[in-house]
Amino acid sequence: MRKIKLIISREYLSRIRKKSFIIMTFLGPLIFAAFLVLPVLFSTMEDKEEKIIAVIDSSNLFAGVLPESEYIRFQYLNNVDIESFKSSFKNTEYYALLFISQNVTYSPNSVVLYSDKQPNMSLILYIKGAIEREVERLKLKANGLDEEIMASIKTNIKLNTITWTDTGEEKHRNTGVVMAVGYIAGFMIYFFIFLFGAQVMRGVLEEKTNRIVEVIISSVKPFQLMMGKIIGIGLVALTQFVLWVTLTLSLVIVIQSVFKPELKTPSSETVIAQDVLSAEPANKGESFEGLSTVNDNMIAESFKYLKEIDFGVLLFSFFLFFIGGYILYASLFAIVGAASDQDTDTQQFMMPITIPLVFAIFVMINAINNPNSALALWCSFIPLTSPIVMMVRIPFGVPYWQVWLSITILAGTFIGTTWMAGKIYRTGILMYGKKITYKELWKWLRYKN
Amino acid sequence: MDFFRTENIIKQYSNHLALDKVSINVNKGSIFGLLGPNGAGKTTLLRIINQITAPDSGSIYFKGKEFNKQDVIKIGYLPEERGLYKKMKVGEQALYLAQLKGMTKYDALKKLKYWFEKFEIQAWWNKKIEELSKGMQQKVQFITTVLHEPELLIFDEPFSGFDPINTNLLKQEILRLRDKGATVIFSTHNMASVEEICDHITLINKSKNILSGEINEIKQQYKSNLFTITFNGDFEKLKNVLNSDIEIIEKYNDKNTTTIKVNVNKKITDNDLLRKLMPIVHIVAYSEVIPSMNDVFITVVENQK
Repeated sequence: MRKIKLIISREYLSRIRKKSFIIMTFLGPLIFAAFLVLPVLFSTMEDKEEKIIAVIDSSNLFAGVLPESEYIRFQYLNNVDIESFKSSFKNTEYYALLFISQNVTYSPNSVVLYSDKQPNMSLILYIKGAIEREVERLKLKANGLDEEIMASIKTNIKLNTITWTDTGEEKHRNTGVVMAVGYIAGFMIYFFIFLFGAQVMRGVLEEKTNRIVEVIISSVKPFQLMMGKIIGIGLVALTQFVLWVTLTLSLVIVIQSVFKPELKTPSSETVIAQDVLSAEPANKGESFEGLSTVNDNMIAESFKYLKEIDFGVLLFSFFLFFIGGYILYASLFAIVGAASDQDTDTQQFMMPITIPLVFAIFVMINAINNPNSALALWCSFIPLTSPIVMMVRIPFGVPYWQVWLSITILAGTFIGTTWMAGKIYRTGILMYGKKITYKELWKWLRYKN
Repeated sequence: MDFFRTENIIKQYSNHLALDKVSINVNKGSIFGLLGPNGAGKTTLLRIINQITAPDSGSIYFKGKEFNKQDVIKIGYLPEERGLYKKMKVGEQALYLAQLKGMTKYDALKKLKYWFEKFEIQAWWNKKIEELSKGMQQKVQFITTVLHEPELLIFDEPFSGFDPINTNLLKQEILRLRDKGATVIFSTHNMASVEEICDHITLINKSKNILSGEINEIKQQYKSNLFTITFNGDFEKLKNVLNSDIEIIEKYNDKNTTTIKVNVNKKITDNDLLRKLMPIVHIVAYSEVIPSMNDVFITVVENQK
């Protein structure tokens, strides 16, 4: 026990002190924070440049009716020919020329926006929306419906989703938020398994190529050395994870309080959730209020929904699946390291490890849309994919028995794989200059000692 | 009583027999040479002794008792394939390895200080291993092997990669450790160093123990009645007179003397031979050729083919 502690602390300290670890620890949160904050920041940073758009309206329907915003103004030109306007456009201060032809009410291709620069998306959506609404209004009016009726017809339904848990509780969930949380959790596990599993492999390989392994296993058992390495690196992963989460959260808070104090520092998940939500078409185009007010509402709302997710269960299971998945894959990576002589040899054995991991990511995408599909269900029990897939499903609400079953299967499997890895490792680390095949690995597995 | 003994060790790998009933006896306070050509099974035997691999059958005794896992701590093993963590600092690494051998940090530091001063390498303490030359790394590794003062030291090709000065330094240290009571198992192909420091040897070839014993006895055993005679005088005359008694193998002339290497007929004694020689030539030297360990090694291994 004393020896395994020594090994763990060497593996841990030697990695924690590395420059690359320190750099990653600080760079990671910066990147994450950028991903979390920048989209919000950019979306709220409206184009502050005032744009004057010349309008040539052949239909004579729109003069003075297109709504103007703080930064978008329309100037209606009369008796101007497009061709002559085109030649003098450069000398005017117009941002663009909007041409509306006579048949605008029935031909979808009748509106053109001319400019010397590619206009931005929000401007296009703004103009498109404005014209569509005006045409709709005119058509309704032509059919005898006036604006008052229109206003009373306009309905806004918000579909609230409530799920019943096994215990009969009502859970008020927002699919977007839940999706985002599941996605982050699943992806984090994937990322950490890959990053730190590969470190186990490289560590084993390093000991092998440095030829230090024989010295060490004349003092400790190979299994102790392997487990010490796996645990030590696992602790590095946890340290990095905790540091990342704390640093990212504090960075997000700092950035937001600096750039947009009125947002009142929602948690990072809220910001992401907001991202996902804003991708939904329902919120785009139609809304003519300033984007920022939409953001504020959504963030407040997302925050409310976040509270509905059982974070205790989420964190607890994240922790268990993280450890279980890591040990399972780390022991497989240790086998690869023990069976290889140099980095290039690892390729052939990496495939069987990479495939289930990548497959799990595909299933994750499926599970986000349909958390209770047969595929998602099965893959959340199969230990090679369960850490990722189950984590995606948990925010949607999964019966406890399923979580426990999945964890039990995972634990049973990683005990099996570490035992197996121990056997292969013991033979592999002392084997040099031999091209190892799967047949060979099978043979090692059956060696008595 | 033997200090360390293996009995009929058998180790079978999937496609070859690595050790076939190998028994060795090592006396306390001696330096024991484990010899053999490449691939004979030396490293396998050393790994079995260090409990890195287990034999299929056979037993190991340490101080009269069956050798067990706990005893490994009493061994210092310097494997042929040497290496240290390249990115780790010299001092840290030495401390780590010492603690893995069961030393306390305090003891390890004290002993390390002694050895680093002795080898005059205190300045390396905070250097990374990769900054040292190969020979320097080996020095560090030697220290980590002997630091916990094991009763049994096992060196697998300890001198490879060392310059003559450091080889000598190491040799002196090994002899000194023996004088202080340690027992040494020493595996090598370098027969010159075997002759210099070993007391007993065992020669393994093709997985089998084919020769064991005290070095001088073995040499006596393998002498083949060869003599050299250095003389002043007429070679042809000598040849004619001694025709039936000797067979001349080699002859070389010096300025004034001639030296011949001869195979002497076993029926004639040294005295009679010399008596016959004396009237013909002036004898400068007469001696029996004792084979070197190198000769013995080659003869024994070649004979097995």
